[in-house]
Amino acid sequence: MDTLTAIQKQYLEQPKECISGSEAIVRCLLAEGVDVLYGYPGGAIMPVYDELYKYEDKINHVLTRHEQCAAHAAQGYARISGKVGVAIATSGPGATNLVTGIADAQIDSTPIVCITGQVPSHLLGSDAFQETDIVGISTPVTKWNHQVTKASQIPEIIARAFYIAKSGRPGPVLIDITKDAQFEEFDFQYKKCTGVRSYVPVPKTDPSTIADAATLINNAKKPLIIWGQGIILSKAEVELKALVEKAGIPAAWTIMGASALPTSHPLNIGMVGMHGNYAPNILTNDCDVLIAIGMRFDDRVTGKLDEYAKQAKIIHLEIDPAEVDKNIKTDVAVLGDAKQNLIELLPQVDANSHPEWLKKFKDLYEIEYNKVIKNDLYPTKEGLTMGEVLKEINAQTKGEAAIVSDVGQHQMIACRYANFNVTKSNITSGGLGTMGFALPAAIGAKMAAPEREVIAVIGDGGYQMTIQELGTIFQNKLPVKIVVLNNEFLGMVRQWQQLFFEKRYASTVMANPNFVAIAKGYYIEAKKVTKREGLAAAVKEMIDSDGPYFLEVCVEKEGNVFPMVPSGASVSDIRLE
Amino acid sequence: METEKQLYTVSVYTENNIGLLNRISAIFQRRHINIESLNISVSEIEGVSRFTILINMSEDQVKKIIGQIEKQVEVIKAYYHTDDDTIYQESCLFKIKSDLLFEERQIQNIIKESNAHIVTVNKEFFVLEKSGRRAELETLHKALSIFGIMQFVRSARIAVTKDELKITEMLNAFKNLKNQQKL
Repeated sequence: MDTLTAIQKQYLEQPKECISGSEAIVRCLLAEGVDVLYGYPGGAIMPVYDELYKYEDKINHVLTRHEQCAAHAAQGYARISGKVGVAIATSGPGATNLVTGIADAQIDSTPIVCITGQVPSHLLGSDAFQETDIVGISTPVTKWNHQVTKASQIPEIIARAFYIAKSGRPGPVLIDITKDAQFEEFDFQYKKCTGVRSYVPVPKTDPSTIADAATLINNAKKPLIIWGQGIILSKAEVELKALVEKAGIPAAWTIMGASALPTSHPLNIGMVGMHGNYAPNILTNDCDVLIAIGMRFDDRVTGKLDEYAKQAKIIHLEIDPAEVDKNIKTDVAVLGDAKQNLIELLPQVDANSHPEWLKKFKDLYEIEYNKVIKNDLYPTKEGLTMGEVLKEINAQTKGEAAIVSDVGQHQMIACRYANFNVTKSNITSGGLGTMGFALPAAIGAKMAAPEREVIAVIGDGGYQMTIQELGTIFQNKLPVKIVVLNNEFLGMVRQWQQLFFEKRYASTVMANPNFVAIAKGYYIEAKKVTKREGLAAAVKEMIDSDGPYFLEVCVEKEGNVFPMVPSGASVSDIRLE
Repeated sequence: METEKQLYTVSVYTENNIGLLNRISAIFQRRHINIESLNISVSEIEGVSRFTILINMSEDQVKKIIGQIEKQVEVIKAYYHTDDDTIYQESCLFKIKSDLLFEERQIQNIIKESNAHIVTVNKEFFVLEKSGRRAELETLHKALSIFGIMQFVRSARIAVTKDELKITEMLNAFKNLKNQQKL
């Protein structure tokens, strides 16, 4: 249980007091421990903004330049802190602009609460100005949503929203509040939600499944662990490390699981999936027991399902029963919280090591190193590679920075090559693949963890989808470091066009603006690097800078990301070139 | 391995909340699953709704669908059943010209033999109601259509299971847990 702050205590379970719905909303947020929220005002949410003005010494509202970015900033905040991020917007377009961020949070299990204003209840369904059915629109992309039309419903519904967003498999919740409910006065009292009768956040674990899992693991000759974000969400990093070390099992991660075990750990054998590492992809189809922990066998991880780990017994530790047997048939499903179940599993697992099996990973790594990694990190050609930029960031941050990546080639390079020595350091849009995610998410991440170095690594395409957030960074003096890897292409699409569409580069060429001038237009220090000689000094200048900093690195235009499991191919048919 | 497609009755116990129908139907829509029939009503428990959904699919598929339905926060519990596990019925209404009742003796026999009953009669039309299995309803429909039907409507399947569904126990368990937390 998280301990309560002084402010939380001030608003929790106090005697009833007659206040407006809008003031109640702000007090609910304070009682939930919210210290910052991201949003954009508008007609239907103005009463709440009026209260936020009065409470500005207790709660920090950050004005993003677009509601989509308010949702992404809330995600960034949640992902680095493990707390619930909050976004707020007005009705109509304000609400619909949140939807991309909500969908992103849904597929990546990120706890956020979005509050939207709505037209007064007597106008609902009348096609009123800025009326949109946001509850209907957001239904398929929220864990839960609800419309409030009476002030008296506000405390219970907001309490429920935070509880649902955070508990079990986390996700986004949207609460739509009509303007009349914001104005209406009522006797306010806030109690935290401790349960919803129709909702089982963490399914009961059957102890026999843990014993069965242990037996499989103890008899395995070639076990492989693949962990996902579930480790981070259940704070099971220590338990994962203990299992990996005790049983001597090589462990690979999905993109969302990155950073739960340090990159340098000898049993961390890299990323699985489409642009993951060579060894774990190939040996997925060689292992005898596959232990999947807090991951969901996404198609980008599995490739062709009919040829995925068919030879292996599958153990799946999973909190969401709907994920079990969804894509891959499991032999042993251990339902429940990853941390709790790893604690139970650990004493039942024999101490072991698998040197021959591990050697296979090392040998395949050598092949990948010589064919791909060497050229990415130590290129001999003139053009800069994305990989060497990451290598430089690693060196200068000692692998302790939080890397917030966008979507595309640079994202795959960032995930492949960033050194993650601290958990919750890879903040990226994994499931939805939302271009434009990184810049606003970096805002939320930096605010939630000001002590950490937060570096947004973005492509020139995605950057321009949310570039206006430079305004938010400037206004709030947020020392976010922004690295744009500019290849003047929508690189990942271009790569596919090169490989699968005979180089017909349909609409992937970008004529880019003067990015440095744009950053400077927002009064942000900025620099552009085009040559290898200037890279190290520029990264150093960026890291040393006290304020926000923008660094544009012009990289090779037609660089490709390898290895690659072509779409629809088996993981063991991974290509190195 | 895909199991063979067959009819399944899905019973879903839920909170009685606006928007839940949307959430549940979206699960089917996203996966291009055609709902054969859908009925929503009160259940044996006050404040708890019961969805009865008829679908034609494989058991593997229906298991996954149950998982997705149960994942919804306001769903208390979802089950799937084969026809053998349930007692099920549909009902239908026929609106027919009253003249026919007197002019066509055959109609009176059909009504008698089919165990349908007359809901109302007036000068212009009479309304016939029939409950039962789909096939019985279809047979009656076929027999009557020869004479001309002014209006016809058939309801969704409703079903109760032969086995006990322990919803009340589940809700009580939650209540007890809450009481323990308070102590």
